Amino acid sequence: MANFIDRRLNSKNKSTVNRQRFLRRYKNQIKKSVSEAINQRGVTDIDSGENIVIPKKDLSEPAFHQGGSGIKDRVHPGNDQFTTGDRIPRPPKKQGQGAGEGDASDNGEGDDEFTFSISKEEYLNLLFEDLELPNLEKNQLDKLIEYKKVRSGFCAEGVASNIDIVKSLQGSIARRIAMTASKRKKLKVLEEALLALNNDTHDNIQQQRDLFTEIDNIKAAIAKVPFIDTFDLRFRNYAKQAVPTSKAVMFCLMDVSGSMDQATKEIAKRFYILLYLFLSRTYKNIDVVYIRHHTQAKEVDEHEFFYSQETGGTIASSALELMNEIITERYNDNQWNIYGAQASDGDNWADDSPQCKAILEQQILPKSRYFSYIEITQRAHQTLWKHYQEVEDSHSNFAMQHIKSVTDIYPVFRELFKKTH
Amino acid sequence: MTNSQSDPIQKIKVTPLDDTPDWTFELLGQYQHEIARVADFYRLDTYTNQIEVITAEQMMDAYASVGMPIGYSHWTFGKKFIQTEQNYKRGQMGLAYEIVINSSPCISYLMEENTLTMQALVMAHACYGHNSFFKGNYLFKSWTDASSIIDYLLFAKNYIAQCEQKYGISEVEATLDACHALMSHGVDRYKRPQKISLDEELKRQSERAEYLQSQVNALWRTVPKKEQKDNEKEYIFPKEPQENILYFIEKNAPLLQPWQREIVRIVRKISQYFYPQKQTQVMNEGWACFWHYTILNHLYDEGLVTDKFMLEFLHSHTNVVTQPEYNSRYYSGINPYALGFNMFIDIRRICEYPTEEDKEYFPEIAGSNWVDTLHFAMENFKDESFISQYLSPKLIRDFKLFHIHDDSDNNYVEIGAIHNEQGYKKVRHNLANQYNLSNVEVNIQIVDANIDGDRALTLRYTPHNDIELANSKDEVLKHLHYLWHFDVKIIQKSKSGKDQVIACCAKKNKDD
Repeated sequence: MANFIDRRLNSKNKSTVNRQRFLRRYKNQIKKSVSEAINQRGVTDIDSGENIVIPKKDLSEPAFHQGGSGIKDRVHPGNDQFTTGDRIPRPPKKQGQGAGEGDASDNGEGDDEFTFSISKEEYLNLLFEDLELPNLEKNQLDKLIEYKKVRSGFCAEGVASNIDIVKSLQGSIARRIAMTASKRKKLKVLEEALLALNNDTHDNIQQQRDLFTEIDNIKAAIAKVPFIDTFDLRFRNYAKQAVPTSKAVMFCLMDVSGSMDQATKEIAKRFYILLYLFLSRTYKNIDVVYIRHHTQAKEVDEHEFFYSQETGGTIASSALELMNEIITERYNDNQWNIYGAQASDGDNWADDSPQCKAILEQQILPKSRYFSYIEITQRAHQTLWKHYQEVEDSHSNFAMQHIKSVTDIYPVFRELFKKTH
Repeated sequence: MTNSQSDPIQKIKVTPLDDTPDWTFELLGQYQHEIARVADFYRLDTYTNQIEVITAEQMMDAYASVGMPIGYSHWTFGKKFIQTEQNYKRGQMGLAYEIVINSSPCISYLMEENTLTMQALVMAHACYGHNSFFKGNYLFKSWTDASSIIDYLLFAKNYIAQCEQKYGISEVEATLDACHALMSHGVDRYKRPQKISLDEELKRQSERAEYLQSQVNALWRTVPKKEQKDNEKEYIFPKEPQENILYFIEKNAPLLQPWQREIVRIVRKISQYFYPQKQTQVMNEGWACFWHYTILNHLYDEGLVTDKFMLEFLHSHTNVVTQPEYNSRYYSGINPYALGFNMFIDIRRICEYPTEEDKEYFPEIAGSNWVDTLHFAMENFKDESFISQYLSPKLIRDFKLFHIHDDSDNNYVEIGAIHNEQGYKKVRHNLANQYNLSNVEVNIQIVDANIDGDRALTLRYTPHNDIELANSKDEVLKHLHYLWHFDVKIIQKSKSGKDQVIACCAKKNKDD
């Protein structure tokens, strides 16, 4: 009458499609929630999921149902004080009035909000939607192929360290069985004959003796079959498999002269983190190089980059020069996808700006996938901006944007990396 | 509540079944075997059981698809899933121990996390209680075809998936949204529906499509259009008001694509499939609770289950059939499990140990064979008629039921009746009405489609007890407009007796 079926191992996420449909339908609301969130939350937790809040009224599934007016007759349990004809002031709404109306609550006063979590992946997808990495070609795949060793069966030849003992002994057994089969068959016949002779009432000494010799000979022949032979040996075989990789290096250049305050650096930091997240979705291995500069440039670690205080004037070309040196030294542009992001408040020694332009145009931009420059300032633009504008006009892999406050970052980021086709 | 029944139970020495908390398939099989034997003893007629063990995650999936084992894809199911998951993870709600599907074979889902006792309870409850109800109750017999529903759902899922590929997710979604808004108006309340089978459905679907194709004749476009005659006698279509809005749309909406009609049909069919469940909540749950209680007590009396088993079982059972009182913070209306269970228990009591009062109120069943009476009650009633037929004065007293009359014209509510001699019938009448779907669901019907004119669709709302239509009507009308493509409006007779438009949705010019 009954069959039991164990469904526990069946696929779990039957509702994933529906969940995706839900996210798809409310994409606009969710996106709004996401972009509000990125402006508000701290830099370090940017890698986690996000709570999404949507006003409930947007989610309603309307249906015809009865409203609040009119005559309603209801029966309730647990009478402890009432008698027929009692009149009671109407209790405020929500107080258990109406057992049958439970279903209608979805459409009733829908002031509260529907909150749910999305995963990190979903969050990032929404965050980076419509954005595309510029010049995103799998850079020189033929040169960037790495080889990975993978097991691929067994072979008869190889180095001793790769011997597979089980396989080899299996071969040995098989060989020994095959090589001795006919002899053992003969042996069996002879032994049976010997037994028959022994049971015979007559003496057959000569025949017995012959048989003994013959049996001994065969036994010796069987024993001569070697236990293991080079023929048996099996070696683990490895094959080379090509694994295309694409590596990227991201240069973070920042002005840390006296004019850059901590708030400006925080803005820059967010920008870098967005860039890093963005790159990490495309490239598996990303190196980040931090270069800070005032009048001199220096390669530093992340903490020092953002939090150490310096004073002094500004020569931006020093950082570009250092970047160029590091590229030549460590990041061959045949093997690395090179990205640069420079942040500054726009201050630069006026005579230095043409030099910045020259280094960029001649040295850095030809090697880079993309170079972006953001200027974080409330004031008017200075010489650096003007020179960079010329660069932007002549180079497709250079972009620059102006950021005024924290909330600008995300829109600017989108602007910088928006899909261009 | 002890089981002091008079049925002959053989007192043979038996070894009780294992009562370890952890279940195994072997133990489940043993319990199932014993439960089936007892169910058979009480003449429970069931579809073959297909018992599926699932995990909590899968249970949430099942929740999201509102109990359909195979559901088409739609965002509302995703929303439901997210809500369930959220509530479950925050510990705001537990999951049901089981879900059972009205199909043949009858599919029941048992949750992996349940203890052995719970699994036994659930099997008795779902696989024999609900299952026999699905097979026996007249509503289910005449409205649903258990053997074909799985096939039909599969057809619906595939068809909708195909439509999404052909016409795009957004189009299909908009159509489904519109259909869902009208889902409870996609049921023939008075006509017996035809049974659906997959093959037939597929055949008919392609026939319909073919027929429509055959009607396309390019020549017709060349025929000069006749000038409109204004003075012709006005005739009304539909001739009679139509309560099944979705059916009307499917057959008559002028500009609907064939695939959209098919989707309207799918939603309508599914709505129809669930209609009996809406009407028999109290009975269905009551019946299932009564039988898990009776069957497991029977096993206990036979010595097949241990005291330990019974204590855990009674603990869960009591939780399920508790009725909080009106002033309790846990009160959220009448618990259908509690009402249904106690009513069936009470009917049995009336049969076995009738009092003078019972003989007066229930002369025809007092003292009769309780198994016969219970089966009769299960087979021939729905919630409304079941309550008005079988709710006894004793139960009204036990539940201390009272009736509140709430007229929005007054600033007070009035106690209409309480659990006393004068009040029994009134309480019973009102409680029964509370389960009458024609009172609870709005009465809205299509009265005119103006097919010779601007094709404006008119619906009439007939209020029950002067209850107005809730504000959501405007949203629903938008959906209806999406399907009908021409103006739609709702009228209602005002107090002065004139028809008054209470909501309308006109065509935007852009649509043209």
